[in-house]
Amino acid sequence: MRKPEFVYVTYIETTPEKLWEALTSSEFSRRYWWGTKVLSNWTVGSPFALEWRGKVTDTGVIAEADPPRRLSYTWSNASEEFRNERPSRVTFVLEPYGKLVKLTLTHEDFEPGSKMLEGISKGWPAIMSSLKSMLESGQALDVPLASLKIEGVE
Amino acid sequence: MDISQFNPAIVYTIYIASTPEKVWQALTGAEFSRKYFSGNAVEVDLKIGGPFVVRQPDGSVHISGEVIECDPPRRLTVTFNVNWPALIEKLGPTLVTYEIEPAGDVVKLTLIQSHDRPISDDILSGGRSGWPAILSSLKSLLETGEALIIKMAPPQRMLEALKKMGIGTP
Repeated sequence: MRKPEFVYVTYIETTPEKLWEALTSSEFSRRYWWGTKVLSNWTVGSPFALEWRGKVTDTGVIAEADPPRRLSYTWSNASEEFRNERPSRVTFVLEPYGKLVKLTLTHEDFEPGSKMLEGISKGWPAIMSSLKSMLESGQALDVPLASLKIEGVE
Repeated sequence: MDISQFNPAIVYTIYIASTPEKVWQALTGAEFSRKYFSGNAVEVDLKIGGPFVVRQPDGSVHISGEVIECDPPRRLTVTFNVNWPALIEKLGPTLVTYEIEPAGDVVKLTLIQSHDRPISDDILSGGRSGWPAILSSLKSLLETGEALIIKMAPPQRMLEALKKMGIGTP
């Protein structure tokens, strides 16, 4: 059996620099991530946070930052439901691929049976799809959060 | 064909700014598929038992199968067998399902690749690298009018694993 992790690969017609900016700028992230702001100064060891509807929902620490190739942070959800789960880890690898960029997202270090893993497995495809649309067509996707059927998220 | 013994080995979900009808057409039409699937033409007779073929640009048949489930524009299941010598004898048939669901004003497309026996990660590396490329390109085509140019080759670890099992590879 594979270890509990989520891997998502997508190809985007853009440059590694623009994709890096989209992953690390709260102005961009708000557009493709249901209004979520990504907050950090993006240097190794500095704090990372997600802010949604005016509240910090998730926190972590930057584990790796090698612009525009590799970004990794730890991730803990602040809500009651996930408080007892250990921090997981998100890694983005950006590889030039002809005129495209191959983006590989790995979200790992989950406990067996993690509820967090279940939620992020539904969320990331929508976020990554919207990010790709924004970079290619200028228009992020409006995927209704409720349509993901994540427990506790409306 | 009894598909109750098949289990999902690969699931890939992508959201597309399009309509279910256009996504269905892109998945089942040769003209569309040539653009997003490295020049390969999908030819399918959309009824249960109808033939399903993926033809390479030189006209040769690369993948063949038949329609198992067909509910346009919501769900299509086909057998999806790569025509490499001894592949189907050693690995069993491969089943591919496309699920198309509206999600607000966009479309959620889910690809499920299933098998009737355990398949090694080495062999699944083919689908795990291929589907994201094909479906990323399909999304771009539907949203921008331009497919992506993604040069794909079968992963080395898959070719080696197939060879060890006595399956012919290109």
